[in-house]
Amino acid sequence: MKRAFEKPGRALLSRGVAYALNRHRSKLLVFSLLLAGSYAHAQETYPVNGIADPKEGCFAFTHATIVKDAQTTLSDATLVIRDGKIVAAGPGTAIPKDAVVVDCKGKYIYPSFVDIFSNYGLAEPKRTSGGWNAPPQFLSNTKGAYGWNQAIKSEVNAVDLFNTDDTKAASLREAGFGTVATQQTDGVARGTAALVTLASDKENKVIIREKVAAGYSFDKGSSTQNYPNSQMGYIALLRQTYLDAQWYKSQPAKEGVNLSLQAWNANQQLPQIFEVKDKWDALRADKIGDEFGVQYIIKAGGNEYQRIAEVAATKATFILPLNFPGAIDVEDPNDARFVSLAEMKHWEMAPSQPAAFEKANIPFCLTAADLKDVKSFLSGVRKAIEYGLSEQKALEALTKTPATTLKVYDKVGSLEAGKLANFLITSGPVFKENTLILQNWVQGNRYLVKQDGWNDIRGIYTVTLSPGSSITVEVKGTSSAPLLSVLQKDTIPGRIDINGKLVTLSLPLVKNGRSSVRLSGLIGDNGWSGTGVDTTGANVRWNAVFARTAPVKADSAKKNNRADIGALYYPFNGYGWDKLPQQQDILIKNVTVWTNETAGKLENTDVLVRAGKIAQIGKNLSAGNARVIDGTGKHLSAGIIDEHSHIAISNGVNESSQAVTAEVRIGDVLNPDDVNIYRQLSGGVTASHLLHGSANPIGGQSQLIKMRWGQDAEGLKVTNWDPFIKFALGENVKQSNWGERNTVRFPQTRMGVEQVYVDAFTRARDYEKQGANKRRDLELDALVEILNAKRFITCHSYVQSEINMLMHVADSFHFRVNTFTHILEGYKVADKMKAHGAGAGTFADWWAYKMEVQDAIPYNAAIMHKVGVVTAINSDDAEMARRLNQEAGKTVRYGGVPEEEALKMVTLNPARLLHVDNRMGSVKVGKDADLVLWSDNPLSIYAKAEKTIVDGIVEFDRDYDLQLRQRIAAERNRLIQKLLGEKKKGTPTQKAAFTPDEMYHCEDLQGGHQEGLGLTTGAGF
Amino acid sequence: MKRSIYLLALAFGVSSAYAQETISPAGPQDKPVYLTNAVIHVGNGQVIENGTIAFAKGKITAVGAGVSAPGDATVLDMKGQHVYPGIIAPDTKLGLVEFESVRATIDAREVGEINPSIRSIISYNTDSKVINTLRSNGILLAQVTPEGGVISGTSSVVQLDAWNWEDAAYKTDNGLHFFMPRLVNFGSGRGFRGPQAKDPVKEGQEQVEKVRVFFREAKAYLAENKHAATNIKFEAMRKLFNREQKLFIHCELVKEMLIAIDFAKEFNMEVVIVGGADSWQIADLLKQNNIAVVLAQPHSLPLMQDDDIDQPYKTAAQLQKAGVLFCLSNEGFWQQRNLGYEAGTASTFGLSREEALSAVTLNAAKILGIDKVAGSLETGKDANIAVSNGDMLDMKSSVITRAFIQGREINLDNKQHQLYEKYQQKYSIK
Repeated sequence: MKRAFEKPGRALLSRGVAYALNRHRSKLLVFSLLLAGSYAHAQETYPVNGIADPKEGCFAFTHATIVKDAQTTLSDATLVIRDGKIVAAGPGTAIPKDAVVVDCKGKYIYPSFVDIFSNYGLAEPKRTSGGWNAPPQFLSNTKGAYGWNQAIKSEVNAVDLFNTDDTKAASLREAGFGTVATQQTDGVARGTAALVTLASDKENKVIIREKVAAGYSFDKGSSTQNYPNSQMGYIALLRQTYLDAQWYKSQPAKEGVNLSLQAWNANQQLPQIFEVKDKWDALRADKIGDEFGVQYIIKAGGNEYQRIAEVAATKATFILPLNFPGAIDVEDPNDARFVSLAEMKHWEMAPSQPAAFEKANIPFCLTAADLKDVKSFLSGVRKAIEYGLSEQKALEALTKTPATTLKVYDKVGSLEAGKLANFLITSGPVFKENTLILQNWVQGNRYLVKQDGWNDIRGIYTVTLSPGSSITVEVKGTSSAPLLSVLQKDTIPGRIDINGKLVTLSLPLVKNGRSSVRLSGLIGDNGWSGTGVDTTGANVRWNAVFARTAPVKADSAKKNNRADIGALYYPFNGYGWDKLPQQQDILIKNVTVWTNETAGKLENTDVLVRAGKIAQIGKNLSAGNARVIDGTGKHLSAGIIDEHSHIAISNGVNESSQAVTAEVRIGDVLNPDDVNIYRQLSGGVTASHLLHGSANPIGGQSQLIKMRWGQDAEGLKVTNWDPFIKFALGENVKQSNWGERNTVRFPQTRMGVEQVYVDAFTRARDYEKQGANKRRDLELDALVEILNAKRFITCHSYVQSEINMLMHVADSFHFRVNTFTHILEGYKVADKMKAHGAGAGTFADWWAYKMEVQDAIPYNAAIMHKVGVVTAINSDDAEMARRLNQEAGKTVRYGGVPEEEALKMVTLNPARLLHVDNRMGSVKVGKDADLVLWSDNPLSIYAKAEKTIVDGIVEFDRDYDLQLRQRIAAERNRLIQKLLGEKKKGTPTQKAAFTPDEMYHCEDLQGGHQEGLGLTTGAGF
Repeated sequence: MKRSIYLLALAFGVSSAYAQETISPAGPQDKPVYLTNAVIHVGNGQVIENGTIAFAKGKITAVGAGVSAPGDATVLDMKGQHVYPGIIAPDTKLGLVEFESVRATIDAREVGEINPSIRSIISYNTDSKVINTLRSNGILLAQVTPEGGVISGTSSVVQLDAWNWEDAAYKTDNGLHFFMPRLVNFGSGRGFRGPQAKDPVKEGQEQVEKVRVFFREAKAYLAENKHAATNIKFEAMRKLFNREQKLFIHCELVKEMLIAIDFAKEFNMEVVIVGGADSWQIADLLKQNNIAVVLAQPHSLPLMQDDDIDQPYKTAAQLQKAGVLFCLSNEGFWQQRNLGYEAGTASTFGLSREEALSAVTLNAAKILGIDKVAGSLETGKDANIAVSNGDMLDMKSSVITRAFIQGREINLDNKQHQLYEKYQQKYSIK
């Protein structure tokens, strides 16, 4: 009760102070006094300490240019408000008798802005424990009847946590906002947002709608629980929660009360906002939504313009932040070397993001979220406009679009009768460079933003002394920082001070003269006047009349920043395409063809590619319209297929938090921007099997891609493919090398590893038998697929005992282990593998990097091959993948594998292991035209891939690559010059920093690492 | 209990028949050896088709086309075979690490920032199972290098057929190793773990300054013979200041290499850059200042995504063209067996075949300070020879059939080959 009394009192006091500080015209001072109370009706439940002071707060703003909404601008119009709401807005609006009239001649009135993505009035959530050295945490720490995962915070409601915050409210109001949807940005599911105004008033009054949206992200925020610890884990968690929530509707007795799922279900009625950090995440989020019939509103990361076609296809409304990257200091050429072209291009192009969205007709809102300082918001919008965004669209993105997106357009977003009296009074068109927001009215309450902007004091005045003469003066600046000069033959600087309505003038009449006319007076509505003394010391009376506006020097025309922006590349990388290449018919003539078929090696042979397939193989084929490539003296092979790779993956290759994570999918997190796709094309790789890491016995689902440089994630995927999953054995899964704190997760021994499998498959088998209303479990679904030979295993493995074990487990559950990968002791159990029907993907010669590879031998592949195991050589390494042909060559060196068989170990054999040998892996009519033209015998160290063709598209061409290098050099130079120009202009710059590439090996737990600068944190495979 | 001991003994007995414990170092060369009808790759760029190389008491006595053997010599007909100088592996942890992930087997990093008195030769384990897997690929000498702290200690060159480290020592304490801090700002971007310096460039330079001060103090200390308190760290610097030892500065980036050049000037030392990923950018400066480079492996990814995709492959050729003395290295220890193939790749991307060979033989010998006795097949030098069925730098054709260290024909078997034979028997395969 005490607090309830105090708070309005404090508000009163603060407004009293505002009154005292007011330096404005008398009329405004009166308003300020009136504003001591709120114009919306006071809360009736609250007792009054003193005399009741009811007010209706009726105002009429006359002669204004009223921008009702982005489409409607009314000149010389009147806005009438009462009780915090708009009564009318229009040119002929009647002014109520009890209205206080505010003359807004020359001013503009706009609906105030709506920020759809804010955390105003909410405390930053804190991470309470966890951290680098904490032991693993398997379940949620949230106390109460909530769900198992701490990152699912669907039960959190911003309305319960909301407190008005005068300081933050003031800064948002200064930026033009009147209403925000505020949510606690914490967790994968973040609960609900509340719609609140930025009035400095009691929470009860400013909350417009308790639940206006529900929030989601790929960030577990303050959750200290281990799961999920990868991007694919976030996605899996979201999927499973959708399913669990659906299931929970049937009130399963086993689950009891689960408030998280209950809230999740309730929240589905609301607009669903998903916050992402980059363009691929935006597409990933949308895809999850599609799976569950949800259309997210996506808060963008900032680089979505790089994939605008895909972004448009999401049909989502976007929320665009304006935190454009700052200029980089590239003065030092040795530092500039470490700034990638992509980073510089992003700096240049990021401000064009809103314009790109407008052009692509994608609905969007603008947000002040992510800005370091909300003060820079308007300059951000202006920058976006400079880069092509229309002013109309900008206004819409700040008013109507967020309001309609949140389904609150009946309350805010335009100046229509019945809506909240939330509006801005500005000195001109709001997005023009020098326009000031003068006042921001929220719920009928006036908040002064630029007090001294209301009256434009600038101009040339005639000062008449009585007795005495007339003096012409020019006043510049604003009332808080005015400047004055006396205009005679010379321009003589004088002094002017303004304090509220009081003004003091000091006018020297002679240049460098010692004496001045000193005047004191008031700034009145019809001119300035008062008393003073002249240079002789005699008393005078004076007045000053506005004569004319001062001539304005033409502003140096703002440079059109749109014109000199570079081109987009696909992908957004120095080596990206200007335009995605098209399939073409190709005839490779007179080449040595390594067919990998019974025909063997064919000399002086032609291969015709048509519509992405190998159409004909023979001598003297006719080209027709096909592009002819002379293969004389060169070799042609099927494209290299890497059975084990971790390139092109975003934000984590391991979901290492649990022993079984069959629900996570590499296919959810492809990163098509990875330069390693291009680098590996230059080594003849045409397809790559991207695997989950080896941190757990049952890892995640893998994804086979083709190296279609420039395509998006879906475009990279090989479709109609038997799905695979990664398993792992040995030191990694029993956490042998993870340090002393990791001795908690089961299993810690190879004995335990076996039981993880037995348990998992037993659960899967029982699950499969359950009835129709069972809880769908994505983890068990994947395992059931394995049991039914609909999903296949590739298993990271080293020592013979564990290899033997997994085959036994598989036999007892009646499935087959498709592939053992690494399998460095495969040679010890090759006979058993053959009997079981398992294949092998191994390293050519690695060993000694850990205990379990002490018996690894480079003859491994040769032995397995000779025993009859389908054997492939793989990379697990972005560098080695560029020269897998050489690694295959090592099987000739170690164990004497015939050359053609050796080449098959990186082409046909991996195709067989991946069940795609019907369309890849050999040069055969009808198969995919995935081909490599080599300068030499492909097994030789001296062989270079000259052209790499994927689906009939020349994805890599050594000659074109030379052109790309020139393009990179030229474009880098252009951008460096531009950045240097920024620095010269005085734009603040940030230090040039090394731009790392994201790269993974099997064992990398969270962040990847950059190789080559000695920053690798230990090899692990 | 007795039974299990018995079984253990049995198991041991069986496996020891195959263990590399039976691979003994060879005794001294007792008879002159003549390798005839060979393609001799001298290592200095010269190739002798159908030539003969003779060596006695460990030293090469003759190389050429018209060398004939005396009656008491061992004559080996090398028709169709290529004869090379043994490959020299610089900057390696060979013998200091057995399993990278097992702490007990790692002897490569001492604690402390400045440790000039640390000597790698002391930890060099001649019984490492890795060593023999290198010899069978023609790697016969190695510079065993410690890597902890900023000044990690001295490396020694070892020959790979020895009973113990004294026996292995080929040139002890040939270089002092300075691991320069990375002088580059890292963004807050993904990819790095653990805490980062606020201003790594500034902090890095402070560390470099500490080294500089240490060097100056050491120099001053060594100028005076009498000291009440002997400083072992300073004493350890004597060979360096006498130019009996080189300073190997491990660094990659231009700014770091500029500092390395500056060190060479201030202290009048023979400075070698190890790593030198960006050395191609300042090849002319390196040449001007007579700075040699132990170049990091060509089989690396480019440093930056905008770099030429084949930059690491072709850096060697760029140094060659600029006249910089350089040799090739490879990371780690077991990886050294691929050093010849690293040279092969450098050849694919610009070096001639014989230049590529020099990059792992004679150039390495020059940089390590052993070129008077090793690195090429020239009269008077140690007979460190590898014989291959085909091109040694190409894995497809490289099969080492014989090798000699100081004239001793060494056993080319190794643990891995023995396991191969064991399982060939199991499966009856060839």
